[in-house]
Amino acid sequence: MDIKEYISSGILELYVYGALTEEESREVSRVLKEHPEISKEVEEIEQALQELSTAAAPYYPEDILARIRSKITNSRTIPLKPKTRTNWVSYIGWAACLLLFVGLFFLMRDNNQLRDQLNSERVKVAQLEQQIADARNDAEKTRELLAVLRSKNISRVPLQGQAPAPEAYATVYWNQQENKAYIDGKDLPEPPSGMVYQVWSLKLDPLTPTSIGLLSEFQEDDNKIFTLDNANESEAFGITLEPEGGSETPNLEQLYVLGTVAAAP
Amino acid sequence: MQQDGLILELQNGNQRAFERLYELYSESIFGIIYSIVQDEKIAEEILQDVFLKVWDNAGSYNSDKGRFFTWILNIARNASIDELRSKRHKNKQKNLKADNFVNVLENSTHFSNRTDAIGIKKYIAVLKPVCKKLIDLLFFKGFTQKETAEELKMPLGTVKTRNRACINKLRELLAE
Repeated sequence: MDIKEYISSGILELYVYGALTEEESREVSRVLKEHPEISKEVEEIEQALQELSTAAAPYYPEDILARIRSKITNSRTIPLKPKTRTNWVSYIGWAACLLLFVGLFFLMRDNNQLRDQLNSERVKVAQLEQQIADARNDAEKTRELLAVLRSKNISRVPLQGQAPAPEAYATVYWNQQENKAYIDGKDLPEPPSGMVYQVWSLKLDPLTPTSIGLLSEFQEDDNKIFTLDNANESEAFGITLEPEGGSETPNLEQLYVLGTVAAAP
Repeated sequence: MQQDGLILELQNGNQRAFERLYELYSESIFGIIYSIVQDEKIAEEILQDVFLKVWDNAGSYNSDKGRFFTWILNIARNASIDELRSKRHKNKQKNLKADNFVNVLENSTHFSNRTDAIGIKKYIAVLKPVCKKLIDLLFFKGFTQKETAEELKMPLGTVKTRNRACINKLRELLAE
């Protein structure tokens, strides 16, 4: 493209006037961007034309800017203000939303922690209640035992250790009126697993053993005082070690303790 | 220089950019309007409307289509010609004092410090009649090349080259 020829064709003046068709103008705009020389020529033409028309102005229209300014600030600020306001509102809204979620998260976490804590406290309370109930039971039992021991109808029968366990010792508190025997097995050794102590009421002449019961749950019972029914005319008591469930007749080789009832005064 | 940065700022709604562009273009646009309507009050009103349109429609200016000056020029010429055609103007039965921009320039008592008054006066003095007509139609009245060719019974190409010569003379005198 011959730039000089293009410039001297006069198309650029028509371009600045706006006298070209739209396609022609677009073409010139495109050429301008590629050729700084042509662009410079357009600037100069525009400058000259601006000077010419400026010379036709009766005065510099300074007041008009103030009028335009008041109109655009009036017309713009009214639509603009709610626009910026809504922006703020939406920013604040989003921020609040975010805060709410963060807050909810912490609340939920706290809530879960509190729930866990509450559950563990409930378990503790249940345990304590159980302990209280146990203690009350124990106290009740102890009171009963105390009542038993204080009863004037009771006879105390000490049972001494025999061959398999010379150190063993037991006591039978026998209430003959109520036909109850209370066995204090505190000093009996723990029975081996699968074995149980069986208490026998004995008639001595001839030797007749009658089972009055088992010291069941020996390990679990802290007091180691067992209440058994005994309606026999017992002359002695013995405790043997028997297989679980007890035996029909005592295994005398496993007779741990034995004691005779003192003759009635 | 066309202030591309300012124009972009204007299109982003920057009022300061708008005011700067007003300073750059308002007086030459006012000259165009005034030379068409030849009434200061009406020209002021039109100028105000033109720049309000520039502010409101800045987004529709596209540099691929032409110069920013040309864009405002079109708005101003259309607004001025609408005024001439309006009922209000006809009711005033206004007789235009001047035939064209040359008479306006000759009658002018004001010369902006933005123009080379001496250069302009010299130019008016030596301006050929064909240049007066060409510049009046093409620049001040916004005729297209084709319309001008028809009006002046001149081939299209001649409009272009003759006008080029007329403007070259202006540039020459302003550069002196």
